[in-house]
Formats: sequence, C-alpha cells, structure tokens
Amino acid sequence: MRIRARTISRGRAEGVAVVSEKPVSFLGDVDPETGDIVDRNSDVFGENISGKIFIFPESRGSTVGTYVLLQMRKKGTAPAGIVMLESEAIVAVGAIISEIPLVDRPEINVLDMVKNGDRVRITAGREGLIEIDR
Amino acid sequence: MDLTPEEERLLESDNDTVKKCMEILVALGEIYGAERLVEIKSAQISGISYRNIGDAGLEWLENLDAKVAVKSYTNPAGMDVERWEEMGIDCEFYEKQIRILKAIEKLGVEISLTCTPYYLDTPSFGDHLAWAESSAVVYANSVIGARTNRESGISALASAIIGKTPCYGLHIKENRAPEIRVRVGREVNPSIAGYELGKITGSKIPLVDFGRPLSRDELKLFGAALAASGGAGMFHAVNLTPEWGDFEVPDEKIEIDQFQIDPECDPDLIAIGCPHTSAEELEKILALLKRYGRVKREVWVFTSREVMRKNPGIVGEIEKFGVRMFADTCMVVSPATERFECVMVNSGKAFEYLPKLRGVNAVFGDLSECIRRATE
Repeated sequence: MRIRARTISRGRAEGVAVVSEKPVSFLGDVDPETGDIVDRNSDVFGENISGKIFIFPESRGSTVGTYVLLQMRKKGTAPAGIVMLESEAIVAVGAIISEIPLVDRPEINVLDMVKNGDRVRITAGREGLIEIDR
Repeated sequence: MDLTPEEERLLESDNDTVKKCMEILVALGEIYGAERLVEIKSAQISGISYRNIGDAGLEWLENLDAKVAVKSYTNPAGMDVERWEEMGIDCEFYEKQIRILKAIEKLGVEISLTCTPYYLDTPSFGDHLAWAESSAVVYANSVIGARTNRESGISALASAIIGKTPCYGLHIKENRAPEIRVRVGREVNPSIAGYELGKITGSKIPLVDFGRPLSRDELKLFGAALAASGGAGMFHAVNLTPEWGDFEVPDEKIEIDQFQIDPECDPDLIAIGCPHTSAEELEKILALLKRYGRVKREVWVFTSREVMRKNPGIVGEIEKFGVRMFADTCMVVSPATERFECVMVNSGKAFEYLPKLRGVNAVFGDLSECIRRATE
C-alpha cells in the first residue's frame, strides 16, 4: 500500500514499524542510550525504536528534544525514519540535522493503517511517500 | 512554499551544511505555512552554552562548513571567557565552551555573547531578522518595530547561513495585531508587571497602557519578563512603541495593579543584568553605589563585552565598590549561579528562570532596592 505524505526531512528509510497513538517528547520519553521508550504512560512503553520506523501523531515538550535526536544518532540508537500526522519545529529540525527521514500529513491516517511489526518504507524527496508491506 | 530557482538549487547544494540549512528553512516554512523566504538583515544565535547542547551539539557545530551570509551575533555563553575562574567555572566546562565558540566563529559569526545585540547594532523599523534570544526578539519587534519570530538556536543559524527566513508569523504585519488590552498601575515595577502579565496572557500580544513614559531600559525589562513567563514575541505600549496605533484596539481588558511576591529569602548573591545592562544602567548603578557605599554581599553585574569595552571608566569605578563586573554570560545561563542559595534580582526574567534552570531561590527588588540590600 502506498500513501502520499509531505516531506520534512529528506532521505529514504525502511524498517519495522513502532506505532504510538499518543504525542511523543524525545526529551524524557526515550532513553537516548538504548532507544527504549521509557515513559510508563506511553502506549509503546518498553518498545525499542532504534532502526525502526517510528510513527506517532505529534510531538510535545522541550526544545532540548532537538539535541536528543542528535545524541541518538551519535550513539546509533536513532529511529531509521519518522512518520508524524503533524510535525513541529523541535522534531523537524532534530530529524534534519540528524539525517533521519521524516514525513508528515499522510493523505490517510496511518495510525489506523499500520500495526507494530509491519514493514514500512519512507521515501522523502520532493514528494513524500509511505509504503506498507502487508 | 514557493522557492526561487536559486533557492531550489541550494536544496541540492554540494555543500552539505548549506543543503541542511536550506532544508531546515523549507521544513519550517512548510510547517508554519510560509509562502516564501524573506531576506534578513541579521541573525542572532542562541543555545551556545555547553550546558544546553552537550557533546552531541558541540560535535555537530564542529562539523559545519559554511560562512554566514548576513551579520550574525551570539547569545551569552555559560561563562565570562576572561574571568571564568573567578566565577568558579571548572576547566572541563571551560574547554568545551571554548570549542563551541571556536566552531561558531569559524562560520563567520561575531562572538558578541550578548542577549542585547541591539546595543551593538540597532536594526531599523521594518527590517526582517532571525533572532533567537526571546528578550531580544521582543525588544526588536516591540521597541524598534523590526520583524522576527522567536527562532531556535538552530533555525537562527540556518537563517544566518542562507541569509533568509521563512516569511510567516511576526514577519507579516497583520499577525502583529494586539490580542488583549492591559492597564498597568503607575506604581507597578515594569519588570514585575511583565512577569505577572506573561503568566496571565501566555503567548498573546498585549497592548499595554502604562499611563506614564517608560525608558527603553524599562521596556526592555518588561518585555524580557513577559517573554519568559508567557512566551509572547512582542507587545505594544500606548504612546511608547512604534506600531501601537496601527491596529484595532482589542475588546478584552485586564489590569495589573498589585503583585504578590512569594516568600523572601536572604540573598547571598545580588545579580543585575538580565538582559545585559546598557551604558545608562551602569551609570545608574554607579550613582546608587555612590549613595549607599561599598557592598557587603556578593554582587555580580552582567553586560556585553562591547558595552564594557566602551565604558572602561564606569566599569572601573563600579568595581571599586566591591561589585564584580562580568561579560559574555549572565546569572541565568551560567552554572556559576548554582552554588548560591538565594539570588536577588531586578529582572522578572531571571526571577522566573533562576529557580527552574539553576535550582536557586530568587527574590525580587528594583535596582535601588538591590543595591541598598547589597550594602546592608
């Protein structure tokens, strides 16, 4: 299945999906040393996002979140790609400087379409594209 | 967003830094609904304290390879680069902080290390800017009538290198309209009025009637506090700021008449200069010291290296009263403040941030109360 989206951070990525229905803050919700989701209130608590396609609706919290993504990239714990329903500056800038492909505003709600463990490809060029193998 | 052919080419640039910076501006433009990029006169880059950006940020900066396209300034760092030992800064912090400054200097950014870049080079009415320091953003928009959004350190740096910023938010006249009317009592200190107002109005643009003339330094302190406790990018002040009469007057009205200061503590540090003091404020401090005498407590006054360099006489005289004058940093961004218990300030911004960022108690007084307390 192919879903069109908007490119925010350019690149291509492929991996297994981790899907959170709740807003995410990279500062506090994620352990940058391991890539584990450590926020107990998260619906994906205990999952690991390293090398995965991390899919969530929107972000919340501190601007320091930008540097958390950079730190994860350096440690090798960053997600391979990110899909958001609606992105904002903190994660967008973090993804760009950390070279993590990011697309948002998918033409259909991917949170309903994609399940944890599905294989997902992101192509973020002039146009954004999300491909789901099921 | 519509990009010119030249801007499109920058997205495919062989220079990875330029490409990334352009990508950041385009992404932000898309997110915030900008139709195009607009040329800027200057950029001001925050987030340069080692405390904030850590090793990951430092390495990222060191790998950048480009030159800024416009005049660019930096916000204060975590220490006075000359008198860091006297502040109690350790060697590791010093070395990392210097590496950050060198990496930024290599890009062609002026290491001005001040939150008051408008004292070095005042923008003109209507100039587009990409400034990151929240108090400088409010001053530029409100007091000068220049136009800038509240940038992050990285978006300001990207704008500095490209020489442009996405045209949305406060770059567009209609978005600068006041959203709420405020009357501030004549006896209320402007710094504390800004602090109280920000808590009530959040990021709304207020139209403020102070009922009396205020100096530019008072407007600076008011705006800094407003931006810190609330998040507004600008305010209008009746008869005092250049754009106050350009819009319809909002219906909603509130009053700031009195303020409640929470439990007092006995200050072991009195810190002045958030935002950095102007030459006029230094003269006021000196006049107060001459009236009250030598200080008996630790007193730190922060200003920019530039203002210090231009006023060596006043600076020297102030120090003779036992006050320490520091440049390049301030009580809010430097970890040096953390070893004190209770810090007295004349700044609503510092009053808001010191407990949150440095973990110390804060107590408020106006400038003359601060100096008087210092001598007791």
